[in-house]
Amino acid sequence: MADTLELELGSLPLDGWHRARGGRMVPFAGYHMPVQYEGIIAEHRWTRQHAGLFDVSHMGQLMLRGPQVAEALETLLPGDITGLQPGRIRYSMLLNETGGIIDDLMVTNVTPTGGEPTYYMVVNGATKAGDIADLRRRLPAEITIEHLDDRALLALQGPEAAAVVEAIWPGVGDELSFMQGTSRDWEGVAVGFGRSGYTGEDGYELSVPNSHAEKLADLLVSDERVRPIGLGARDSLRLEAGLPLYGHDLDEQTTPVSADLLFAINKRRRADGGFAGSDRILAEIEQGPVARRIGFTVEGRQPVREGGRILDAEGNEVGRVTSGGFSPSLEAPIGMGYVATTLGAPGTALTLEQRGKLFRATVTPMPFVPHRYHRKGKA
Amino acid sequence: MSLHFTKEHEWIRVEGDTATVGITDHAQHQLGDIVFAEAPEAGKQLAKGGDAAVVESVKAASDVYAPASGEVVEANPAIADDPSIINSDPEGEGWFFKLRLSDPSELDALMDEAAYRDWVATL
Repeated sequence: MADTLELELGSLPLDGWHRARGGRMVPFAGYHMPVQYEGIIAEHRWTRQHAGLFDVSHMGQLMLRGPQVAEALETLLPGDITGLQPGRIRYSMLLNETGGIIDDLMVTNVTPTGGEPTYYMVVNGATKAGDIADLRRRLPAEITIEHLDDRALLALQGPEAAAVVEAIWPGVGDELSFMQGTSRDWEGVAVGFGRSGYTGEDGYELSVPNSHAEKLADLLVSDERVRPIGLGARDSLRLEAGLPLYGHDLDEQTTPVSADLLFAINKRRRADGGFAGSDRILAEIEQGPVARRIGFTVEGRQPVREGGRILDAEGNEVGRVTSGGFSPSLEAPIGMGYVATTLGAPGTALTLEQRGKLFRATVTPMPFVPHRYHRKGKA
Repeated sequence: MSLHFTKEHEWIRVEGDTATVGITDHAQHQLGDIVFAEAPEAGKQLAKGGDAAVVESVKAASDVYAPASGEVVEANPAIADDPSIINSDPEGEGWFFKLRLSDPSELDALMDEAAYRDWVATL
């Protein structure tokens, strides 16, 4: 079985580039991906202090075009898509008919001036095939869905990312604030820039044709402020940032309300509804969800991993750990999971159980490490 | 003194009737940055092949098994205070525990250093 799986794994455009730089490759989302280079803790700290280059080419890049595409997307996504101006990015979720999360995603309005409404969407790697099939089935036939599988996606993240981008593409660093996108011609191809990411740091995601992926990666790491970073540090960074990971902290049994992602449903959409599962979701907003995603810190040094049980004071199971690990920034174990809403207030003491051993934990506000996004009006 | 290795990547160094146990350089390299280690307390009886200690890297938890049966006589306090010494000196300062062997003949089934290094090279 393992051999068959190995044969079916795909190779991404930067596969050889990672191996040449000592990346330790592991199977992830159907591809060989680098989990680490020099070590997860060093890579994590480098990203928090300088700029880390992540290959996220396993993720799905889609282009949706056609009349009323924003209105059509609003039937599936709870986010404000019709109000999203060209050049703006929004975090949202693809929902099933009962309000469960099929995937979480980023949408950018890339409609050209006076042109056909066009939206660029980045979805998770492990779910992209299902997402595309689901979108095709549920969106009107006149909307075209193009899978940009000829493009790589790189994420440059960290406090020095903007200066690196500005040095290579003067103007891009200054032009964009958090959740804004643009594009440039570079070496004869179009490179897409989104000032976004999933580490809690300021940074960019860069979409580039596969043919130019190595050239772009080489250019970025030629700046001494940039080092290649593996998926291991990406996971510890996003956990410190309090960001949920699909397939772990989110799934089709989770709603945006229980996942604590209400920021992604604006006032208009709450008032009007009209999206998949909106009856249930609006009722949950009104009444409060039964269970809610929370963050916690653990006493001692031993991490409690995904699957650990969360117990109340009487030893009853009140939830499960969905992500857990060691925070390199805090030098302490942290995690997230779901608990009965009555036990979700910050400061609440929890008991965790992992492999028969009990741990003392405390509900802690997220993010565990403050976000450092570049928002408009800030230096 | 004799040094033996298991296929689970533990080493055991025998001096007289006590033995020191740790994980190999190959094991620490595979685990990556180690953030937590828990050695068994003195007085605990271990059976060959049974759970003896826990080691956790940033990414995953692993069990350390007893290479031989016996009574734990000492746990290394240094690895609890600074688990990174298991990365930096796994076959020296990063030892886990010392054991009073109950059946030294169990060691005969383990690999010597040359056999272990040869075997790891094939992994």
